[in-house]
Amino acid sequence: MTDLNNRQSVDAALEKNRLPRQAGEWIERNQRVYFTFEGKTYGGFVGDTVSSAIAASGNKVMGRSFKYHRSRGILSLSNHDINTMMQDENDPTIRADVVSAKEGMELRSVNTFGGLESDRGRFLNLFARFLPAGFYYKTFHTPKWLFPMWEKVFRTLTGLGVVNVDSPRIRTPKRYDFTDVLVIGAGPSGLSAAIAAAKEGAKVVLVDENARPGGTLTYDHGGLDENLELLGRLLDEIKRNPGIQLRPGTVATGYYADNWVPLVDEVRMTKMRAKTVIVASGAFEQPCVFRNNDLPGVMLASAAQRLVKRYAVRPGRNHVIVTSNSAGYRAALDMASSGASIAAIVDFRPEGEPSTWHERAVGLGIRILPGYCIYEAIPQEDKLGVSAAIARKLSSTGETEESGSQTISCDTILMAVGYAPAANLLYQAGTKMRYTHETEQFVPEALPDNVFACGRVNGVYTVPAQLLDGDRAGLAAAEKAGCPVSRKASAVPAEAVSPSHPYPVIAHPKGKNFVDFDEDLHLRDFYVSVQEAFDNIELMKRFTTVGMGPSQGKHSNMNAIRILARLTGKSIAEVGTTTARPFFHPVKLSHLAGRGFSPERFTPMHHRHAELGAVFMDAGNWKRPEYYRCEGMSRLETIRMEVRNVRTNVGMIDVGTLGKIEVFGPDSVRFIERMYTGLFAKQAVGTTRYALGLDESGVIIDDGVVGRLADEHFFVTTTTTGSAQVYREMNRWALLWGMDVGIVNATGYMAAMNLAGPKSRSILAPHCNIDISDESVPYLALRTCQIGEVLARIMRVGFVGELGYEIHVPSENGLYVWDLLMKEGEKHGIHPFGVEAQRVLRLEKGHIIVSQDTDGLTNPFDAACGWAVKMNKPFFIGQRSLKIAQNMERKQVLAGFSLSRGYVGELPKESHLVIEGGEIAGRITSITDSEALGRVIGLCFVRPDMNVIGQAIQFRLSDGSMVPAEIVATPFYDPEGLRQKVQG
Amino acid sequence: MKLLTCPINGTRPLQEFTWGGEYRVMPDPDQVSDEEWADYVFNRNGAPGIKKEWWHHTASGIWFIAERDTERDVVLRTYLYSGKDE
Repeated sequence: MTDLNNRQSVDAALEKNRLPRQAGEWIERNQRVYFTFEGKTYGGFVGDTVSSAIAASGNKVMGRSFKYHRSRGILSLSNHDINTMMQDENDPTIRADVVSAKEGMELRSVNTFGGLESDRGRFLNLFARFLPAGFYYKTFHTPKWLFPMWEKVFRTLTGLGVVNVDSPRIRTPKRYDFTDVLVIGAGPSGLSAAIAAAKEGAKVVLVDENARPGGTLTYDHGGLDENLELLGRLLDEIKRNPGIQLRPGTVATGYYADNWVPLVDEVRMTKMRAKTVIVASGAFEQPCVFRNNDLPGVMLASAAQRLVKRYAVRPGRNHVIVTSNSAGYRAALDMASSGASIAAIVDFRPEGEPSTWHERAVGLGIRILPGYCIYEAIPQEDKLGVSAAIARKLSSTGETEESGSQTISCDTILMAVGYAPAANLLYQAGTKMRYTHETEQFVPEALPDNVFACGRVNGVYTVPAQLLDGDRAGLAAAEKAGCPVSRKASAVPAEAVSPSHPYPVIAHPKGKNFVDFDEDLHLRDFYVSVQEAFDNIELMKRFTTVGMGPSQGKHSNMNAIRILARLTGKSIAEVGTTTARPFFHPVKLSHLAGRGFSPERFTPMHHRHAELGAVFMDAGNWKRPEYYRCEGMSRLETIRMEVRNVRTNVGMIDVGTLGKIEVFGPDSVRFIERMYTGLFAKQAVGTTRYALGLDESGVIIDDGVVGRLADEHFFVTTTTTGSAQVYREMNRWALLWGMDVGIVNATGYMAAMNLAGPKSRSILAPHCNIDISDESVPYLALRTCQIGEVLARIMRVGFVGELGYEIHVPSENGLYVWDLLMKEGEKHGIHPFGVEAQRVLRLEKGHIIVSQDTDGLTNPFDAACGWAVKMNKPFFIGQRSLKIAQNMERKQVLAGFSLSRGYVGELPKESHLVIEGGEIAGRITSITDSEALGRVIGLCFVRPDMNVIGQAIQFRLSDGSMVPAEIVATPFYDPEGLRQKVQG
Repeated sequence: MKLLTCPINGTRPLQEFTWGGEYRVMPDPDQVSDEEWADYVFNRNGAPGIKKEWWHHTASGIWFIAERDTERDVVLRTYLYSGKDE
């Protein structure tokens, strides 16, 4: 019993500012939650936000500002209270104004030194005079060498939150979704739009960032119940309509091309593709700029209404409302009906409020000061709250008049001076906006196809008009989404009075009249910016950093534009806005991070390679064995052994990653002739020829082999990385040339291996159903045969410079043939070899690898491949350009080189430069220490005049030292090519 | 992500397509001067406006032409290459 009594008294203290039950409140009064903030315990109800629960205790100070460490409290209660950002162990970006209070939270303020109330950083406030915008650039860059020290100091003093690098890894799900109509914002116009579209048969998804739908209907009541009743009716209708999916707690964070909208909720990101999008995102209420407008207790009128109506928390006991619209009067009436007293309504407009809200306020005996503004707020002695407001009369030119100044005692000041449309998504969609004096805001002028706007973002503020505007947008969006529409929309009446004031900014000689609360910018900073000639909105943004804080200008950009327009004598339309980019609202990285989905390709023998100890490397998307690990041998030793075994014995490499393309049809010969530089018209059936492919500028892009299977049937191989592109381009050229050819990409469905070495024939012959003697299958022959039980194509090739057979079989038979030949090869000492060994083998033969020994400027003459180019053919791709290049002076040619026999010392690497007379004269493209030749050999680009056999050249290593070398003839190994031709 | 309409496969996300560059008519290599040929090979008009472009639906291997307004980033129409230089 005592415990319960204790509990009750504790709760009573924590609930000091909690009001009795409010109609439509969002809290569950039978479910308490407790959490700590800055070490103190707070309580609240399920449904409370952190801010509302703290405010319920009467505490108004919830954070410190970014630059001056001034105490700050609730400003908007709608997701841009940056100064009350909090952190727990793992999350440094908890937005207290919207994040639900949960049991057991342990929260800290993000920007204090030694605690919130006695923040040692608050002394900075006293030096504000010396810290104008741009002061970093000016003060601390002279002398330059001191800047790193200053930077460190500022990075400590400013900045928000501490990232815990040890926080657990969070994986979030992603989802794709599709709908006819996506409605963003479930306020009165959004609800009405969703209903209208769904009634016409459209599938509708309705999202709202708030925990519950309703928008302004949930809090802006003017002391009446009408809006709540309306909300109930609209939600009933939504619930009854199966065509509408309502998703509260979901932020539409950006607009991407063709109506792609990421929807982020607490759990996941949904990538929504909608046929049409209705933006009913509303407007951000904007602060009034006056001295000390940042004190805890000064807040937007809508924030106070949210506090009262959603969370039943009293913002204060005695309010002053500064306003220039009917919403200020409604806020006053809402505060009054919650039991608070209203010290005054200070109305910018000399004529006051023309609507019935005025009479209702007068009826309650509220004091109204028309033609007045708030000049400054007077802080409490401890600076943690408001003690009074000073109201001053505005002259006809908008200046404040000293005479008749009135000091009004109050503990809360509500600001209701206007709005900025939440048009970020509309801008991102490419909407052209215009500024209108009817509502003193930007409204859509020209919307993109399939995008619609309604409600406040469209400049419509009166609830009945919003319902009509939503109805109009809903019908239009449904029709555009392909639903036949049964009726016409009614006209939407214009706003009678502007909801926004054109210049709610009051100068004060002592400053601290804040424009941007994220970045602690006061009015004077904008004067400085213009003085320093940063008088364009984009420049001003960079100089002052306005709108660059976490709220991204949601409460500051509009006033900044108004100030700049006034300072430069331009219209607001002329000043324009800064660019709105995704994301509209910060999105946690966990929603964006995900697994990579770049594909990996395996050949059919991949797992056998792994069993054989393969170390894999990437070749395009493919995984290829680099070499096969051997017990007790280093990588280099292993590669040397693999090379040696091919030269002296026999080896086998998986070449299934090569591009393989079948070309057939009546025009196939003509087509191949045009695609490649060689002659193929007279190529005999059953033979292969080297194929060199160029682009239109004559640069080498691919090489391979063209095999002729029949008169009108070719089998073409390409490089591993070039296959997709070659196939694609072949198709385009065939289309352009109007040729009757079939082109099939066989890369995926054919496995291939190269059996190479003096003993290769002995291994293949017993399993091949045809005679493969040199007479029957000579060098460069192509045959279709049977290996073991399966059909195969075999080609006599010489890439590695030994007797060898490239064997192509359907993928499903790849492993069978590999295993068969490996088994047969056992007694001949077969060993598989990888890409590295093949590179050595081909280099010994002087064969180039396209894109290693060539680059984006290398034509066949540069690469010493002129022999493969038949310039007297009628046409091939790149021929016309080569005709020009032929007559031009060569800048570089590819040449073979050799280091002196017995060279010891660091080996030059690929891309090390050739230096001649102190100038760069080329570079190494390939280099290897050849065991077969007993010296280091390679290919390099050199100036043509240096390409003389025996010419001495030198390479420069990374450390600057020089290595002498000599130009030698290629092929380095077996120059007559006897080994690959006749043997066995 | 943008959507693109393949004349054969219908409307698909852009990641299924490969851009094939501006549609150009190759001049007769035997008739043009070196300068004219170099102009065809190397020079492109980057000014915003309506461009005729090659696009390739990677999954199905379909080449087609798209007329795209690069200023508004809107695809006006897509169609199969008719075999005639238009």
